[in-house]
Amino acid sequence: MTGFEAVILTIVTAATPLLIAALGELVTERSGVLNLGVEGMMIVGAVTGFAGAQLTGSPYLGVCASMLGGMALASLFGFLVLRLAANQVASGLALTLLGLGLSGMIGEAFIGQPGLKLERIDIPFLTDLPVVGAILFGQDPLVYMSIALAVSVSWFLFRTRPGLALRAVGNNHDSAHMLGVHVIRTRFLAVLFGGACSGLAGGYLSLAYTPQWVEGMTAGRGWIALALVVFASWMPLRAAIGAYLFGGALILQFHAQAEGIALPSQFLSALPYLATVAALVILSRDRWTARNDSPSCLGQVFVPDR
Amino acid sequence: MRVELRQRSADSRLMVWLSPLLALLLTLVFGAVLFAALGHDPLRALYVYFVKPLTDAWSLEEIVVKATPLALIGVGLALAFRTNVWNIGAEGQYTVGAICGSILPVMLPEWQGPLILPAVLVCGVLGGMAWAAIPAFFRVRFGSSEILTSLMLVYVAQLLLDWLVRGPWRDPEGYNFPESRLFEADAVIPALAGRLHFGTILALLAVAALAVLLGRTLKGFEFRVVGAAPRAGAFAGFSERGSILAALTVSGGLAGLAGIAEVSGTIGQLHPSISPGYGFTAIIAAFLGRLNPVGVVFASLLLALTYIGGESAQVALGVSDKIVRVFQGAILIFVLGCDVFIRYRLHFRPMRRAAARAEEAP
Repeated sequence: MTGFEAVILTIVTAATPLLIAALGELVTERSGVLNLGVEGMMIVGAVTGFAGAQLTGSPYLGVCASMLGGMALASLFGFLVLRLAANQVASGLALTLLGLGLSGMIGEAFIGQPGLKLERIDIPFLTDLPVVGAILFGQDPLVYMSIALAVSVSWFLFRTRPGLALRAVGNNHDSAHMLGVHVIRTRFLAVLFGGACSGLAGGYLSLAYTPQWVEGMTAGRGWIALALVVFASWMPLRAAIGAYLFGGALILQFHAQAEGIALPSQFLSALPYLATVAALVILSRDRWTARNDSPSCLGQVFVPDR
Repeated sequence: MRVELRQRSADSRLMVWLSPLLALLLTLVFGAVLFAALGHDPLRALYVYFVKPLTDAWSLEEIVVKATPLALIGVGLALAFRTNVWNIGAEGQYTVGAICGSILPVMLPEWQGPLILPAVLVCGVLGGMAWAAIPAFFRVRFGSSEILTSLMLVYVAQLLLDWLVRGPWRDPEGYNFPESRLFEADAVIPALAGRLHFGTILALLAVAALAVLLGRTLKGFEFRVVGAAPRAGAFAGFSERGSILAALTVSGGLAGLAGIAEVSGTIGQLHPSISPGYGFTAIIAAFLGRLNPVGVVFASLLLALTYIGGESAQVALGVSDKIVRVFQGAILIFVLGCDVFIRYRLHFRPMRRAAARAEEAP
């Protein structure tokens, strides 16, 4: 394997959890709900995924467990902001704090255990092709799934009736309600989908990226995924491009260290966070487009009058 | 049976204060279930967690020590949240405040005298303000969400601290531990009694100042109007940008003060773990205290109790110290959930009649 292939491979694995989490949050936000609890759902997904794989012996069941973990937290969030009309920003923060605590407690029994790894696919001949072989045909299954997910979310949102209804709920919940769309139910499903994706993204970290449980292992990736949604201006395919750019920023530090760049490691570690801030600032400079893209009812409470 | 929300004509003033109490009650019930699930006698575990720390002088003192940074950060956040500014990066402002306040004691340890302590505190405040000014500037100039930018800067601040105490500021006589040199006596906030120091007085002064500002002055009214109804604020001639900048920098400055007060008064040197997440816990303090400066003080004491109770439970029951975060997160979730009673009345309706009425409707 050449150095170039190795770089591309690590970029892809670093980008995949960001992409999965961002797609989930994108659907949630398109329905008009801002769930800032991505980091919390992700870390819970990481620990339930790891625990599920350890207890059942199958990394695939671990993947399912990670989605269930994310959905459990998401349904709590959905109940708070949809049934009880709670403030979405604060509830999302609460979810993150609770998720970090819960994951620490659940994970305590698993610290230091060697994890089960979701194996990369190995197709004879194809995977062995020079240059493109390992990149195109040698990834783990979730990488292919994440790309398929981006395409299907895009198709769902812009080419199907339920997708249209979901966008209507996010853009004008009163009109959607008048037209007979069940606003709360649509939003709840979107929140659940976001939770499943965030949990899965966490599971990817603890089952494929670094197969082990480390407390706080998401290290802000949930927040980066949130920024990615803004970066992608709520478009799924743009989120995919953005995820690979951010993935590049995330792994740049390791390669820079390997190349012997004389910067303290902390400065390199800060790069992805600084890149996120820079991306947010550059994108919101054009306020007109930024405002046009975001779902109009994002973060607003809807209480049906009947 | 169908439960519906009916908006009240006006917010219930009673519920504003009852809802946190109800939330605490629910947290206790949740705690009992959690302890039972972990195989402990729930009543004894709750006693160890929430009551035992109140029975001896040492832990009472420790509660006030831990409540001090929470109250300092929490009142600032209460102001920011009231202005509808979501500063969730107080942890970073706290860290940078601690770093900037440590510049003089670490780099010029030979400088002594009565002026050094005020200089140290001012540096801390300025550091926190500067760190908060970054998301504030991006928000008013480019319209970038301060939620994400302020949070991202938490990670950057923590990495900066880590680099300093492992690199240029590492104590040459510290046996290679990642920590700075100890502050000289003149740069240490004087003690009140035991581990209590004058930082607690500073926190109370800040609370009083913000209570007066928010409740009794035109400026405070301006913050609240801009937060609650930006359009009305604009018509009244209040500057939204000015309020956002002020709310962020004031809350950042207070977080910075909390950081340097903790380092100078309680710890005595810089090291990578100067905060058990005070900046995030203070968000809970702000909400639990109803975004009211005096309420924040009580909320901070209660959240400090969750820290001490966690230690107590770890020693007596052997439960993980992670339970502290779980309790803190649960408190916030219950508070936010119970707040539904402030604006809405629950309305119970039998299923059948609801369905019949829906059919009658054109």
